[in-house]
Amino acid sequence: MSDRPTFTRPARIAALAPYLWMALFFLVPFGFVLKISLSQTAIAQPPYLPVFDLTQGLAAIEAALAALSLDNFRLLISDNLYVLSYLRSLVVAAVSTSILLVVGYPIAYGMARLPQRWRGIAMMLVIVPFWTSFLIRIYAWINILQHDGPLNKVLLALHLVSTPVVWLSTDSAMYLGIVYSYLPFMILPLYATLAKMDPALLEAASDLGASPRRAFWLVTFPLSRPGIGAGALLCFIPIVGEFVIPDLLAGSNSMMIGQTLWLEFFTNKDWPVASAAAVVLLLLLLAPLSFYDRLQRRQLESAR
Amino acid sequence: MAEELSKPEPPSATDVPLLRIDAVVKKFGVFRAVDRLSLDIRAGEFFALLGPSGCGKTTLLRMLAGFETPDEGRILLNGKDIAQVLPHRRPVNMMFQNYALFPHLTVRDNIAFGLKRAGMRQSEIAKRVAGLVALLKLQGLEKRWPDQLSGGQKQRAALARSLARQPQVLLLDEPLAALDKKLRESTQLELMELQRRLGMTFIIVTHDQEEAMTVAHRIGVMDAGRLEQVATPRELYEAPNSRWIAEFVGDVNMFEGQVSSREAGRLTISTRDAGAIIVAEPRQPITKTAVCVAIRPEKVKLSRRGLVPDAANAQAINRLEGVVTDVGYLGGLTTYKVKLDTGAVLRSSMANTARLDIDSYNASQRVMAWFTPDDCVVLEQ
Repeated sequence: MSDRPTFTRPARIAALAPYLWMALFFLVPFGFVLKISLSQTAIAQPPYLPVFDLTQGLAAIEAALAALSLDNFRLLISDNLYVLSYLRSLVVAAVSTSILLVVGYPIAYGMARLPQRWRGIAMMLVIVPFWTSFLIRIYAWINILQHDGPLNKVLLALHLVSTPVVWLSTDSAMYLGIVYSYLPFMILPLYATLAKMDPALLEAASDLGASPRRAFWLVTFPLSRPGIGAGALLCFIPIVGEFVIPDLLAGSNSMMIGQTLWLEFFTNKDWPVASAAAVVLLLLLLAPLSFYDRLQRRQLESAR
Repeated sequence: MAEELSKPEPPSATDVPLLRIDAVVKKFGVFRAVDRLSLDIRAGEFFALLGPSGCGKTTLLRMLAGFETPDEGRILLNGKDIAQVLPHRRPVNMMFQNYALFPHLTVRDNIAFGLKRAGMRQSEIAKRVAGLVALLKLQGLEKRWPDQLSGGQKQRAALARSLARQPQVLLLDEPLAALDKKLRESTQLELMELQRRLGMTFIIVTHDQEEAMTVAHRIGVMDAGRLEQVATPRELYEAPNSRWIAEFVGDVNMFEGQVSSREAGRLTISTRDAGAIIVAEPRQPITKTAVCVAIRPEKVKLSRRGLVPDAANAQAINRLEGVVTDVGYLGGLTTYKVKLDTGAVLRSSMANTARLDIDSYNASQRVMAWFTPDDCVVLEQ
């Protein structure tokens, strides 16, 4: 059991490709951002100091290195604005992910129990919204949610409300937009785990005296945990950094970290602070990612 | 003839049947998977449902477990109709073909699953599980996950789980199909021993006739949703009630012909391929003239041309001459194909009782094949 598969030289080079890709398009840019986050803002082009100039020799690079500092990170902690943004992002992502789970699980469960020939169609229906640009769909929601939009018209016609409800620029609208946009990312991994589950397991549970409801909680649900984990992370991580949906649908009184980043970069032109905020965001997201990694490794082990 | 055959320790036939399947029909669309099938199974019996794939045996088993509902007919367990009772309310348990062990539970928790659903006390559950672990030799594996078990261990864990609730009937769906040949054979013996010790009623579904013959008291052979014959293994093999059964169970030489004369308990059948064959008159009188004669290969003995063994001289025997065309040496026995002078092929298999090569025949050797009237079964076509 101890012999490991041996690879030919071309295979080994091919296996390097993803690492090269990661290094080139993730690590190097992240290095830039990290460096900017340690710099000071300046009215210059680019708008920060120091700038490494490789033509000036070793001494100049040493001087530039000495000029780097953690001041921007201290600012992030000391200013409430950033801390509150991070907190709001985490809360919004957690609440949205919970709603997505509650909405997505029954849909995925229903899809997995469809007869084989209907499953493809159901899958299509989940994916079809991706054919339209994400931005256009969010603008469509603005249209639906506005004061004299279709939603208010329907509510008024049904006499559920007596005056039009203010939807836009509220957290409700933002959550609606997020849940709508991320639903496929929750449904697809859940569907994948539920669809490949052996139906004999449920029969075994009922044979051993479990009612259908008990069988769901004792067998189906625990066995779908990998799908729940994957779906939750696929939604949680991008929602934390979400910018467009809160910017277009939520009110302006509190901001998510994505919005704060935008503000620092493009309105305040404070690249170093914005970069520091981005670095901290990445570190925050490493926690759930490493959790997901552990989950996957466990699955791989049990699959052996 | 059937009455002379001994039965392997069958449960007392006077008992009221534990399970009565009464004119049960199950349709899938227009296809009748089970077609007005009736069957009684006695308490303590080891019963096998045997048949080719698609014959409806698994559907029948699933109706007994409650996973399918009959369209017509009744399933009486101790006189009570359970046809519409949901599976989790039946005093019947099933061992699944691929075991269906819960992958997220340990062996111990798999076995305890049904006991917990029954609301048994923790201390009781622990005792019961320990008993089953000992019974099925699962000691030391209680804390393993199913994917850490070998095939044989999984099989025993699944068996323990299905026995835990002490069901009135245990259903086994191809329980040994996933095991390799050696392990399957030893497990068959263990299964018989287990059934005898527990005195529980076992119903096994299998497509493997040797397995059915080995383990079961009685076998029901199914084809196209109907029971073709229900009999002990020996009856099934030596006294098949139809040509289909004779050909489905084991190997057979089959000769078509007509009854040409009848005297003193003997029939003479004139066949195109093997001339006149003298057979013993069956209990069930033959009414049609078009019949066929079935002879199992091991009943056909070969001897050198012109030489007739003493045993054969004593009574009227059937002799056929031909040339050996194929010899298959299988260790314990050797199979021969003999091309008769009529052009038909007769198969013979002979036990290799002597180690030395004194009683074997070579290809292209001319031989005489012989068998007695009692070795033949006459079946209406």
